[in-house]
Parts: sequence; structure tokens; C-alpha cells
Amino acid sequence: MDKNDFIDEENGFCPSGFPDAQGLYDPQNEHDACGVGFICSLKGEKSHGIIKDALEILIRLTHRGASGSDPLTGDGAGILLQIPHNFYKRECEKTGIELPGEHEYGTGLVFLPQDEKQRDACKKIMEEAVAAEGQEFLGWRKVPTVNKFIGKTAKASEPDIWQIFIGRGKSVKGEREFDRMLYIIRKVAENRIFKSDMADKGDFYIPTLTCRIIIYKGLLLPEQMEGYYTDLLDPEFVSALALVHQRYSTNTFPAWKLAQPFHLMCHNGEINTARGNFNWMNARQGLFKSDLFGEDIERMFPVIQPGLSDSAQLDQAVELLYHTGRSLPHVMMMLIPEAWQNHKTMSPEKKAFYEYHSTLMEPWDGPASIPFTDGSCLGAILDRNGLRPSRYVVTKDGYVIMGSETGIVDIDPANVEYKGRLEPGRMFLVDMDAGRIIPDEEIKRQIATQQPYGEWVQENLVGLDDLPAEKDEAADMDSVLERQRMFGYTMEDQNHLIGPMAAKGMEPTAAMGVDTPLAVLSEKPQLLYNYFKQLFAQVTNPPLDAIREELVTSILTNIGSEQDLFLETPGHCRQLKVDQPILTNEAMRKIHAVDRDGLKPTTLPIIYKVAEGEDALRDALDKLCSDASEAIEAGYTLLVLSDRTAGKENAPIPAVLATAAVHHHLIKKMQRTRCGLVVESGEPREVHHFCLLFGFGAGAVNPYMVFENLEDMIRQESLPGINMRKATRNYIKAINKGMLKVMSKMGISTLHSYRGAQICEAIGINRDVINRYFTGTPSRIGGIGLDGIVREIEVRHKHAFPARRIPKTLKLDIGGVYKWRRNGEEHLLNPLAVAKLQESVRTDNLECFKEFSSIINDQNKHLCTLRGLFEFKKTRPSVPLREVEPWTEIVKRFKTGAMSYGSISQEAHETLAVAMNRIGGKSNSGEGGEDPDRFDPDINGDLRRSAIKQIASGRFGVTSNYLANADELQIKMAQGAKPGEGGQLPGHKVKPWIARTRHSTPYVTLISPPPHHDIYSIEDLSQLIHDLKNANPVARINVKLVSEVGVGTVAAGVAKGKAEVVLISGYDGGTGASPQSSIKHAGLPWELGLAETQQTLVLNNLRSRIRVEVDGKLLTGRDVAIACLLGAEEFGFATGPLMTLGCIMLRLCHLNTCSVGIATQDPELRRKFSGKPEYVISFFRFVAEELRQIMAELGFRSVDDMVGHSEHIDTAEALGHWKAKGLDFSGILQKPDVSPAIGTRCIDSQNHNLGGALDHKLISLAQYALRRCEPVEIDTEIRNVNRAVGAMLSYEISKRYGEEGLPEDTIKVNCEGSAGQSFGAFSAKGITFRIEGDANDYFGKGMSGAKLIIRPPEKASFVPEENILIGNVAFYGATKGEAYIRGLAGERFCVRNSGVQAVVEGIGDHGCEYMTGGNTIILGPTGRNFAAGMSGGIAYVLDEAGDFIQSRCNPEMVDFDPLDEDDIDYLRERIEKHHEYTGSTVAERVLGNWDESLEKFIKVIPVDYKRALALLASEQYAGE
Amino acid sequence: MGKPTGFKEYKRQTPVERPVEERITDFEEVYEPFPDAKLQRQAARCMNCGIPFCHIGCPLGNIIPEFNDLAYKGQWERAWEILSATNNFPEFTGRICPAPCEEACVLGINEPAVTIENIEKSIIEHAFKQGWVVPEPPESRTGKSIAIIGSGPSGLAAADQLNRAGHAVTVFERADRIGGLLRYGIPDFKLEKSIIDRRLEILAEEGIQFRTNAAIGTDVPVDELKGFDAVVLCCGSTEGRDLPILGRDLEGIHFAMDFLPQQNKLVAGDDVEEKISAKDKNVVVIGGGDTGSDCVGTAIRQGCKSVVNFELFPQPPLYRPSHQPWPYWPMKLRSSSSHREAGQDPRNYALLTKAFGGQVGHVASVTSVNVEFTRERQTGNSNMEEVPGTEKEWKADLVLLALGFSGPERDNVIRDLGVDLDERGNIKTGDNYQTNVENVFAAGDCHRGQSLIVWAISEGREAARCVDLHLMGESDLPSKGSEDLPRR
Repeated sequence: MDKNDFIDEENGFCPSGFPDAQGLYDPQNEHDACGVGFICSLKGEKSHGIIKDALEILIRLTHRGASGSDPLTGDGAGILLQIPHNFYKRECEKTGIELPGEHEYGTGLVFLPQDEKQRDACKKIMEEAVAAEGQEFLGWRKVPTVNKFIGKTAKASEPDIWQIFIGRGKSVKGEREFDRMLYIIRKVAENRIFKSDMADKGDFYIPTLTCRIIIYKGLLLPEQMEGYYTDLLDPEFVSALALVHQRYSTNTFPAWKLAQPFHLMCHNGEINTARGNFNWMNARQGLFKSDLFGEDIERMFPVIQPGLSDSAQLDQAVELLYHTGRSLPHVMMMLIPEAWQNHKTMSPEKKAFYEYHSTLMEPWDGPASIPFTDGSCLGAILDRNGLRPSRYVVTKDGYVIMGSETGIVDIDPANVEYKGRLEPGRMFLVDMDAGRIIPDEEIKRQIATQQPYGEWVQENLVGLDDLPAEKDEAADMDSVLERQRMFGYTMEDQNHLIGPMAAKGMEPTAAMGVDTPLAVLSEKPQLLYNYFKQLFAQVTNPPLDAIREELVTSILTNIGSEQDLFLETPGHCRQLKVDQPILTNEAMRKIHAVDRDGLKPTTLPIIYKVAEGEDALRDALDKLCSDASEAIEAGYTLLVLSDRTAGKENAPIPAVLATAAVHHHLIKKMQRTRCGLVVESGEPREVHHFCLLFGFGAGAVNPYMVFENLEDMIRQESLPGINMRKATRNYIKAINKGMLKVMSKMGISTLHSYRGAQICEAIGINRDVINRYFTGTPSRIGGIGLDGIVREIEVRHKHAFPARRIPKTLKLDIGGVYKWRRNGEEHLLNPLAVAKLQESVRTDNLECFKEFSSIINDQNKHLCTLRGLFEFKKTRPSVPLREVEPWTEIVKRFKTGAMSYGSISQEAHETLAVAMNRIGGKSNSGEGGEDPDRFDPDINGDLRRSAIKQIASGRFGVTSNYLANADELQIKMAQGAKPGEGGQLPGHKVKPWIARTRHSTPYVTLISPPPHHDIYSIEDLSQLIHDLKNANPVARINVKLVSEVGVGTVAAGVAKGKAEVVLISGYDGGTGASPQSSIKHAGLPWELGLAETQQTLVLNNLRSRIRVEVDGKLLTGRDVAIACLLGAEEFGFATGPLMTLGCIMLRLCHLNTCSVGIATQDPELRRKFSGKPEYVISFFRFVAEELRQIMAELGFRSVDDMVGHSEHIDTAEALGHWKAKGLDFSGILQKPDVSPAIGTRCIDSQNHNLGGALDHKLISLAQYALRRCEPVEIDTEIRNVNRAVGAMLSYEISKRYGEEGLPEDTIKVNCEGSAGQSFGAFSAKGITFRIEGDANDYFGKGMSGAKLIIRPPEKASFVPEENILIGNVAFYGATKGEAYIRGLAGERFCVRNSGVQAVVEGIGDHGCEYMTGGNTIILGPTGRNFAAGMSGGIAYVLDEAGDFIQSRCNPEMVDFDPLDEDDIDYLRERIEKHHEYTGSTVAERVLGNWDESLEKFIKVIPVDYKRALALLASEQYAGE
Repeated sequence: MGKPTGFKEYKRQTPVERPVEERITDFEEVYEPFPDAKLQRQAARCMNCGIPFCHIGCPLGNIIPEFNDLAYKGQWERAWEILSATNNFPEFTGRICPAPCEEACVLGINEPAVTIENIEKSIIEHAFKQGWVVPEPPESRTGKSIAIIGSGPSGLAAADQLNRAGHAVTVFERADRIGGLLRYGIPDFKLEKSIIDRRLEILAEEGIQFRTNAAIGTDVPVDELKGFDAVVLCCGSTEGRDLPILGRDLEGIHFAMDFLPQQNKLVAGDDVEEKISAKDKNVVVIGGGDTGSDCVGTAIRQGCKSVVNFELFPQPPLYRPSHQPWPYWPMKLRSSSSHREAGQDPRNYALLTKAFGGQVGHVASVTSVNVEFTRERQTGNSNMEEVPGTEKEWKADLVLLALGFSGPERDNVIRDLGVDLDERGNIKTGDNYQTNVENVFAAGDCHRGQSLIVWAISEGREAARCVDLHLMGESDLPSKGSEDLPRR
């Protein structure tokens, strides 16, 4: 089958872009990432050679891009250049266009429809726009293109490409103003065409239109660029700069215009807050008063077009701000500010600049490496977290080359002047006039001192503390019960939620996932918050660690009115500064009372007449919105939405509904930025509640009922030892921490940009309510409307004000959400279900199991899951049961969940493995490593080895040997119960036997970071897949994702990244420990994620090469049947098997007190474990037998036949429930309408292109070593395209010699050149790599015993210790080995290292983060936040500047100890070796002044580690 | 909540019984007091389970984890609030409930269960001691009136609930004192009657009218009930099972329910006519249930010469049998304090009573024969067969029949009101506890058949809610929900 055939209109594909939204697929969810680079002449000398080099850069970044099912169609590539005047002049003469002088005319390519009529219409509109703006239309040039070699997909969607030339109007002064006119022309033309009814208007696109730069781009592979655009081949085509971009998108849909660069920049990364930024920017339009754009400014609106990628929207914001007259660096500082709030050493001027600008706009938050240029200045900026790599080289002959990797252009080492990298939050700028690079400090100082920002802020920005205190008003405690009931407080809210928060200052932890119904299925009245689920980052952008990387986060906000973006005046910052957004009652009173210039509060009640029902609510919302508008017009700048006056007559409007309604109303009226919203409500209490309020626009929230509840609890002595002051402080602390965590799950670091960003998905709310009040929020299965919302309010209200008060009833509702209770919330795993399941497997009784499954399946009475509402539909004849494939075949598709050895006991872990190995299914190691003792069968034939080995963010126990002993390698991107979060195994649980398999130190706390530090974006994931494939070429690679909106597109990206299996996990999966709000409110049911994945993969024609797996509370044959019909081929189970082993849902896994010996390491409790492999096998047999019966009934003989046949699911009958009746499952059940040739299940394999790996050469040259342990020495050249070098060689070693490896130096490999990413990944003992050159990111990742030596080439003349030699995230998760680096390393050096001994001459930020073992010696400066989350190992830092402890180290977990004898001996030995191996002059200097140097060494040792070492030394623990 | 490691640190402990030689000389409660500090440690054993099976095992739906935790923390008042929300009379159940909750306790899977019942008792006794248990009449009255027939635990629970809902409640009791089985069925050494009186005082002050010596149909005309908006029959399952074998008509053979009430009256200071005394007699108690055990304890206290107890079925296993897995109620050997008072366990198992022998019209012996049970493969039914040659004669001066009850008495109010019975002879109702007669409801043993006190209270509460709903169209009276652990 020719896979390209699918692109034709008959199959419903739009040849020029994405398919329309259909089923669960929505083009809004598309992501992209990429490689970027530029080259320029420092002196501004133009040459054609620069273009040639730039195109070479593009080709060397090919592995960072992707191609879809059509290998000849790339995801997009492009190049930005200076306008080659002479070349165009020559070309134009040919077509009779006479060009004026350089910069006197503007030009740009224009993508036009192929249809001639439409093309002419577009041209005409452009010409008219030119004339209307008073410029001179010069002519059109047909851009020569050759499409012979491009892919069919690209060809089918290829636009007609022309070039327009526009002469400068007479009244226009200067290039800057001319560019602004060209910008206006472009916007006007774009807006006119988009608003027209032209059929192919989507094809129209203007890549750029200026008088200085030109962009060539398209749906091309890098090597196709110059063949397609023959202009680029012409020697007269010259430029002093070239900026290139190579795209990796998550889809295979053709989109020429999404290729980058964009107009002024290109972007590698992802803007997480794009939705909010879009809303805010467009809301600001209402304040624009500038005459720069002429009289009718509205012809330019919207300034940010909807439906574009995040990068494209950012580009539009850059353009707008640029055309207000700001310089590009100034614009970048506004949009992507550094983390200034908690910066100890930042200059006051710069802080003031950022603070001032924070009152103008919110940051665009997310990973970003952004090269930018307007043709005269060229620069680049990196986001505050430094999450994208950016390396540069300055050459002696005057060129600057920057890119995502080093080694993208061949440069003679002798020609290198300097090698550097862009650091987090930093910028650099090439000043081609001065012929030099302006460093970050200098640019920013200059911009920050343009205006007296400090004075302005000082005089105008008012802090909450600056306001006078108001009189205390005591709450009316007699009626507190009424209000508690009115706002739906339960006993659980008090005992499990706000009580613990007030006592401990943190959100409580829970375990075992969620099994309560979605809000829309619950019989209990739900707060509206429960209808929303939090989104989280997975794959396309990384979550953050708000705890260990706190310095980049901030919850500071400003509230008040913004002003016109075109101006900068002192009055702009006349706002209220709020240090943290949860207002105490005291703070709230201050806000009510404030009366200052620019700060005028007014209170808008958010209540409605409860007796009058739905209409009253609708009217109240309308009135609220119009009152808000009027208040703004009347000059009020602080709108307080308050439900304080709710009572017997008036019920409170759900605060999030009121907030979102006002927020969106004001956005539509372009009034939103003229006021701040403060919410004073009795309703919010959970972290999730506050997140939603801020996510829908609130600036601060006063949860007064929480405080009344706390007072009530203190009065009842429920909070012993806690007074009101402390309770309040702790509660607020807990909420703030929790919110930071929720934000960081999405990779958002500031509340300022989270505000209004709507990082959530609704589930169970109908379109009317969403469109009207929660505009832009995804809500895919419909649900309740205002009527349903009213009904739930009424239940609560009636409970608060009953007709009769009955003595001796429970004051508050029992809850029953976190723990099962009678009369509480429904649970899927209710007591009877647990009892029946255990009985059935212990007695091997299928009939008894059927009783269990009927409890789970029969949800007529109690709805818990979406699938509970489904029914099977017969559309074909049944088949006899005996013809259906046997259970023994079916169970091979079954897997047990990833539960680490450590989270569960050895007994439980091995029982699962034995059971799965007996039936040919697969068990999963989880993220805790595995004892090699389990890799060989036992005497009785049982195998305790887990077939699936997991690779999670902590990389615990991930060695070459571990990877080599697997059938499947699973990359855990997220976990259903806590997507976007890391984990922590407290030291007391890290028993010696746990530490051994995790390759860490006993009793040392182990932290799993939220992100994989080698996956900040989709192309990084593809790199890790490549690494793992090298580390074990015969294992399947599986990527585990969690269901949320957009997971389908992520899965498509994963398929393009060449994973063999993608696992979609439901939000309800179990956990050993998670914050309560994550378990409940993050992620979605697998039904949605699975269906979206199936549909998206099929639409992209990617389904045929990847298997789809699903998990999330699968318990019965019916569950499996539904999953299969929705598209799954493999099925994961965890809670079910655990219950067969005795789990009775204590939900206390995090306390180590599991009374049945499963989730515990306590030897006494482990003895109580009573599970047997037979029980697990019975369970799977029962499930398979149930499945077989359904298959027979529906007429399927094999599971393969059944995959994706969603037409066999019916929902008509199931929607009788009053709330569920508004649900619409057509999206879930939709089958993409594609040609029969398109695979709808996995039938192909992925091509990993391992054939060209350098390791093949190494393996063949190392045969003697591998076979006979004889030493060999190999010399080779190396380039950046040689990735994961050493991994496959190590696989060969591990297969033969296991964990032990080979003797030191058995295989010596000498490399020359620039090593590609993941050099030395998982390298086994016995290998010694020596590089002369440099290396990219992930150097020595997962190293398992090898020795790595790297130094600059002999003939390089730069100073090694001042130059960057290896990239970011070196030695991530490494367990053993040695390393010597003569030069500097990037950010996150030795992150989560647990055994490597490394010497380096300087590093970037976050050094030794999460390190749990091993030693590092740093003979030079470190970046900021050194030792964050470091719980083990020792670092020795040579602190010559003397500022390490003060401003570079994060002292939270570490001590600074004096060196003892052992330390000194160790240092001496290592530094001498460093000198010997690398010829380091630093080492020479240090050794030469040994005693003096010793005084400058600082020993950084984690407190935890010291304690553990002491424990181990003591007798008490010696035997354990 | 609770102490996470409590169950590992503390062993199960229950109150100590007073020495046998001391306690058999009086009719006071058997157990020594249990100190608070010890009790709090016992409460610390509660594991705060995700699924508290105790809570489903309790027919009242007592919210056990919550009150365990509060007891552990010494927050007695809140513990009492939680306990009283589901249980009208914890002072009764805390003494005489067989505690199905403890059989369902999760800790009970592999360790002795949490002492839930004793915790319950301690909480309520604290409340009484602190004076927290005071009358709490409803704020307003509905104007509806309700008659409750019978003042046993179900009648009292129904009365209490309906009174709280604001209805005017009158309880009719045919005996001379209120309390039903609690008063005249349970011996004082298990439940001292002051415990009942203390509660009744409060109920009366809350506005419930009690009418004793008020048998419907004899003392009170049935028509008088028509003046009430609703009637709730809580008249118990009082028709005792007889043993119609040779010699049954001999003197000295009595129903347990003729024997036990007399002693309670004596303890209460009443005179008793035709007193049945065990003093200096050889006593045979037939029937190995709770009533039988009460007879044993009472006989011993009266100074019997000897006492034996016959049980038809074989001795149950000491531990939970595998076909009755946790969390279900297991048939296993349970011994009461009375069993420990006879020197050796008075129970004899698998014993069928064949005949009574006598002299001069008075019983002098009982003949028994051993039996074996076999299970029929086909039907699963159990067949009983006598074992030849195992006949045995037992000396007997007093024989007490404790063979259980077959249902409510049919010749009084049930007949007069025209209430239908079900096939087992109990009052038939719909799910809403209403009988075939409009406005007439039934609850407790007369409805469910003989059962535990917790079931009686539970039925009373649930029926009350249905009555309230029936009368008012809506009800805020609590219900335990429908999620009882099924019997197995």
C-alpha cells in the first residue's frame, strides 16, 4: 500500500491544513516543537556562504524534526534572511518590476490559492490594502519553485507562491515606520480575506512583509529547501544573517503556513498559557488609543488571530509590541521575563523594570528558545527555566552560529574564539554595526534604565500591607451551620481537607486513586468545580518542580486596571500588589475600604432568588455582567464578586460561574483589563477550587467560609494546639503550595500568567453554558445546563434551611468521597464488590466472579463511569463460544500495572510477576529497578522477572543491564493518579533491599522529579525512544500517557517518535501516594483519551504502526470489551490484581501500614501477605472468559477483529439519569471515515533507523573484547548526528556479563568531533570513551559503569574552562562510572546522579539536582540553585569567587562541611586523574597551589545523606 | 485519623469480667469498668480503612471509624454526637449487641478485631456521666399523632425518631413497664434496668407519651388507634417455639420467657406469683442460643444444683470457616459470660431431646440422643439422623425451653387491625414498612422475625422515616441507606 494515497479530498482530508474538528479530534490541540539555529556575520558582511551554512544547519537538525506517514513530507522547514536587494533587483527587471533602492521597498512571499480566480481575488485585496495605506504597489513576481522532489502530501497542499513588492509611500519616514505600514497592510489584507467567504482562504498566508527581511518556508524536509526554492541557490542571493527552523509536529496533516520562522522570530518550545495570553491580549485592544496605526485602529483587530499555534500567537504579540515602537529586546523582556521575583542578586533597576511591566501584561509562560531579528539586530532569548538547549559559537573570522545543538556547522577548532550557551532567562544580541555580541547584562541594563521605572513603581504600585488596617468584624458563629450546609461543606471537608491543611500547612496525601463517579454521574449535589478537570503537561512540554525549583515560580499578582500598551507612563502601574492571592478576612476588609487614585472598589453580589429557579439565575448572571460593565465605565477598578449576602432567600451563584461569566463578558466588551476581579465567596475550599477561580480570571480570593469552619473546628477542639492565627496561616500556605503544584503540572511558573489561562477541561457541562460563560474551555460530551446547576444548588440550600430541624442528625453531610461511607458518595469498589472478588479468586469460582462483575457492570442504580452508560449493540451474527480465541491467548494482551518495588512489597511484586509469566502476560517493574536475581528462572520454573521495565523521571535502577533484561521498555510520561507530578520515597522507606535495586543509598530520600529531565518536548521524547532502542534493540518501546484533551495528538507525536506502544491511562488509576486534589481533579477517564487517540491516529494514518494500550480501573470482561471496541489492543490492570492478592482498599499505601502486607516494607506486615499467583491467574482467566462471551455474542472470533469497532457500542438506553441525560457520546463513538486501506489497528512495525548507528562499527571492532574480555582500542570520528553512542555496545556487554560488565578500560574508544545527544548513554563498565571536541545534551545519561573523558581538540586556542563543552542534563540518572570534563557543562549537571564520580570545570543552573549518590568535583563556578532536592552523594565546589553559599546554592537540604582527611585524599586522587586524562590547566593550577586551593573547596553534603551514613555505620542497622 | 500504627502496637483488650464466684451472687453487670486510657489505646487500633467494612457490617450503619478516631483522641462529646446520629440507644447495643461490626472489621482479617462495641459503650457512658445526654425536644410540632405498639428496642427507636421529627408519639405497652425484651427478656447481669430507665426519662421529657398495661384489644380498644395519623406495630416476635414430645405436660417444664422475666421483676423489687426457681435444682436448658445462655446465667445465680444446655446442631468451629469468609457473619463458637459460670461449659452439642421423664407429674429427667447431619448432594439440604445407641438420660428438676420464636402473636392487635402476614408468619409490608392497612406500619422482630437488637433499632429508625415521609411528603429523618452486608 502506498501510504501517501490517503491525502485526497474524497477521504475527507482538507489538503491545505488540518481536518475540521470531528469526534474527539480537535485541531486546537496540535503541538509542535523543533530545532532552531542561526548564523550571522558579526560585522554584517553579506555572503551567499551564510545561506549555504544555514541550510547545512537545517540538515544537521533533521533528527529534531519529523516526517509523518509520508516519509518525503516533512513537518515544515524554513529560513529567514536579509532581503537580497541586488538579486531581487535583477530578478524583477526580468518581469518588468522596477525596484527602488535598498530598504525603499517592502517585499515578502505570499502563499495563494491554486485556484486562479481566488488567487487573483487575494492579490487584488492586497493591492487595495497597499493603496489604502498610502503605499505604492510595484508588482508581483512568481516565485520559482520545483516541486518534483517533495512529498505527495506536501504537493497536494502546496500553495501558489508569489512575491509582492511594495514601494515606500512618500509620507513614510524611516524604515521602522515603513515596516509598520507593511504590518498594517498585512493585517488588513489577512483580516479581509479571512472574513471573506472564499473557499480556499485557508491557503492564503503571508510569511513576512517588511523592507528588511524575507522568509522562505514550506512543508519541506531540510534537504528539500534549496531544491524547492531555487532562489536560494543563486550566488547573488546574499545575507549577513540566516535563521532556520525545523519543525516536529504531533500530526501528519499538511500545513505549509505553520512552518517557521514566523515574522520576527522562531520558537522552539511551547507556550503553556497561550489561551490566557490570547484572551488578555485581545481584551487589551479596548485600551489602544495610539494614532500610530491611523484612525480606524479596529481594522487591525484581532491583534492575535484565533486558531493559530502558540508560537504563531506569540509572534503576533511580538509584532504588535514591536510596532508600538519598542525595541525587539525590550519586547522580549516584556513577554518572556526572567524569574525576577525571588532573585536575590538581580539589580534593583532590572527588578523595577520587570515589576513595572508586570502591571502591563502577564508573561507568556513555557519552554522557549527564541531567536529573533528585524533584519538589523539579531538575538535570542531563553525562558526562565532554561528548558530548551541553545548553544553558540563565535569564530575568530567573525561569525556567530547558534542552534539547538553544537556541531551543526563544521568549524576548525583553531578558528573557535568562544563557545557558549544561552542561560535560563538570558538574552544575547548580535550588534552587527558594532561587530560584537552584547551580553545579557548590558542589553538589559540599558533597557531597564530607559525610564525611572523604580520611581514609578515606588510611587504608584500599592501593596496590600501599605493599606491601613480595618476594624475586625467577628463572624456570626450561631448561624455557621446554615452557611456550612449552604456551601455544601461535609465532615470530610473538615476532617480530611481543611483540618489537615490548617494543622500541617500542606495538602493531605491519599492513595489508590479515585473510584467515585464523575460529577455529572453523581447523585450527590456537586459543586460546579467538580465538573472541571485540570490539564497537565505531558511530552510536548515539561511540568516543573515547584518545590525544588521554587526560584522560578511566583504567586505574586497585581490587581487593578491596566492602561494603553502603546504608552509607558507612571500611571500605568497604579495597581494593587498582592503577595499571595488568598485573602484573609482582614485583607478583604482592607480592599473593600481602599480609596485611592486608580484603586476604586465596588461590590457586586453573586446571589440569586433561589425560589425562582433557573430563570432567576440566568437573569442574575446577565445583570451581574452588565453591572460589571457599568461599574468599569463609572471608574471602578476593583470589582469584588461577593456571596456574603446569600441566605435563606438568596442562594449563592457558584463562584466560578460568576467569575467566568464576568471575565468573559468583559473580554468580549474589551473592558477586562480595566479592572481587577476579587472573589469573596464561602464556596472555595480545595486547591482545585482556587485554581479554577484564578484560571477563569480572579485576581484574589477571600474564602471566608474556610475561616469560619476553622473557627468552628477550633471551638470544638478538633484542632488541638492550633489557634486561629496559625490555622489561617497554615491553610493559606497549603493552598498556595497546592496551586503552585497545579500550575507547575502544566509547566506554568507564575500565577500572573496562570490567571485567565483556563488550564482545564470541563466534563459534563453542556455547550450553552460553556460557550456563554466558560468560553473556549473544552467540553466534549455535553452535560448539564443551568437547570442542572440550579438543581444542585437547591439541594444544598434546602439542606441548609430545612422545613423542620431534626435533633441528633449529623450536622454536616458525611461526604464519603475519600473513604467509602454509607449514604456517602458512590464508589465503584464498594464493600460488596471487594468481598466478592476476593472470594471468587480464592475459591476459583467463576460464578462468584460474575456476582462481582455484575456489581461493577450494573450501574443502573449507581453510575460511576462513562462506560457504565454504554451498552453493546449487535450488528452481526453471533459466533459459537468455542470459535472465539481461547482465554490463554487473550491473557497475553494483559499486563499488570507499573507498581514499583518499594511502593509494594517484594512478596506482592514477585507474585504478580510469576503469575503474569505463567500465563504469558506482562508484569511491570514500576520505577524502582529490579533485583538481577530475578532475571533467571527459579528451580520450579517460575520466572520472577518483570517483562516490562519502566523508565520514569527518577530513573531509579535504570542501568544497561536492567534495560537489557526486558521485553518492553515503558517510558512513563505521566501517571493517572497524579499526572504532571513527581514523587518522593521518604528515607525511612528506603530500606537496604530497596536501595540496592534502586542503586541508591539506604535511608536517603528519593525524589522523582515532575519532568523527565531529558524530555522537555516531543523531539526529546523521540530522542529517548532512540536511546532506549539502542540500549535494547529487541524490546518494544512503550510510552505511557494520561487521558486529557489533546492526548490523541500527543499520541500521534509519540507514534512519529517511533514508539511501538502507546498507553493511555485513565485518571482513575491507583497510586501509592498523591495529593488529594491530583487524584480527584487531574486527568480524564480513559474512554475519552482512548477514543481520541484511536481517532487521531487513524486520521493521521499512524495507527497501523503503533499498538494502543489502555488502563484505569479495568475490572471486568465488559470493561475490556469496551476498551477494545474503542481502539485498544492491550490492557493493563492494577487495582484488580492487587485486590486478588488481598488489598482491601485501606487507601493508606503512603503510610507503610498496609495490614495485608502489600503496600508496605514493614517485615512484620509483609508476613501477613497471603496472595498467591493462582489468585491473579484466576482473575485474568475470569476476565478473559467474560470477554469471550461478549465476543461470541457480538460475533468476533479474535480480539484483533474487534479493535476499534466503536459502532458496536450504544448509549441510547443508558441516559435515563437526570444529570446524565444531557450527555452526548457521539464524539467518543465516532469512527473516522477513512479509506479501507488505512489501518485501524497495528499491522506494521516502526523503522528505527538503527542500521546507521556508530555502535555497529564499535561492536564489530570490539568483538575480541566482547567474546574474550581482551582489551581493544578504537579510533573514530564523531558528529552531532551520531546519537546515543555506546548504548548498543553496552547492551552487548550487559547481555553477556550482566551488571558486572567488563574490567576497566577493556574497550577504549577515541572520538574526534562533536558528539550527538546522549553520548555514552547507559554505558556499561569496561568502556572508556575519550572525546576530543565537544558534546551535546544528555552526556552520560544513565551511565552504568563506563568512563567518559572529554576535552577540547589539541589545536583549539580558546580557554577550555571558559567554554561550554557538554550540553545540558549530563549524567541524568547515572548509576556508576567516572567522568572527566575539561570545560564547562550546561544546566542540570548530574541531575539525579546516584553513583557517577565526575570532575568538571564549571556548570550551569540546577547542578546536582535530585542527586542521590556519587560524587562531583566542580573546579569552577556553578549556576544558581545548586543542590536543589539533593538527598545523597557529595559535591566539592571550588568557590574562587566566594559567592557560592550566598547566592548559588539552594541550602534547603544540604550542609556545608569542612573537608576531612578522606575528602582531601579523594580530591587529590580525582584531580590528579583529571589532569592526567584531560591535560587540564585548571587541575594543574589547583594541584600546584594545593593548600590554598583546599581552603576554597566547599563540601556540599545532604543532611539526609549524612544521617543515612551514620545509620549504616551504627550496629543497629548493619544487619537489616 | 487515628493512630496509623496503633494496630501494630496494641493488642486487643476487652473489659475484665468480675470473678465468677463474686458475680454469681448478684445480678449486677458482669464486666469491670474499662479505664479511659486503655480504651483510647483500643480505639487507636482502628485503621481508618478506605472501605470500613464494620460500617457496612453494622445494621445501624454506625459511623464507626469516625467515633473510633474521636475516642482515640479523647474527644468524647463529638464521638457521642456521631454515635447518636445513627444509634438511638448505644447504651443498649454497647452491652448486648453480638457486634457483627467486629466480625466485619478489616483488622479482623488477620488480627483480633477492634473492640468496637466496648468503644461504643464507653462513648455513651461518658456522655451520660458528663450530663450531655439531656432532653432535646424538637423545635416545632407537626400536629400529627402516632401510636407505637410495643416498647421494645424497635418501638422505642421508632418513637424517638418520630418524636424528633415533630410528631406526637404515644407508645403502648401491654406489660407494666416500658422496655419489652430489654426489660423482661435480658437479665440484669447483661443489662441493668437502670440503664433503660435513664433513657426512658429523657424520652418522656422530650414529649413521648408512654402507656403501660395497655394491651391493644384488651386494655385499649382497637378503635382508639384510629385517632392516630399512623400506627407502627413493634410488638415483637413473642410466639415461643414449643417442644411437643413425650412428657411435655409434666410440671417443671417452662418456656424461657416465663422464667427470665420473673427474675427481672424480682431484681426490680416486685413480688412474683408462681415463682419458677432453679434453686437447688438440676436444670436442663434446651436451646443453645442467647436466651438459653441467659437461662444458664440466671439459673446459676438462683443457686441451681447443676445446669446443662442442649444444642441440636454440632459444635461450630472455633474459628471462621472458609466458606464464610470475611467480612461475612461466621457461624463459629461464641461463648457468653454465663457459659463460663457453670464450672465447665454447660453446652452439649448435636443433641436431640427425645422425651421428658417424670415422677408424680413433675419432670425428673430428660432423654437425649446424639444426631448427625449429612448434606444431600443433589439438593444441598441437610438431613439429620439419630445415632443409634447414643440415648442418654439426664437428671432434670427444671427444664427451660429456649428454642426461639416463630413470629408475632396473631390473636390480638394484628388480627384486630386486619394486618396480613407473610409466609414465615411475620407482618408483611412493602419496602416502606407499610402494611396492607393504610397508615399502619410494622418494624422490628414482628416484621423481620426474631433478630438482633441492632436490627430492631435499625428497623424502628427506617420505619420512622417512612412514616414521616408518608405523613409529610418529605422527610429529613436519616436513613442508613440500602447497603447492608448480606448474610451468607
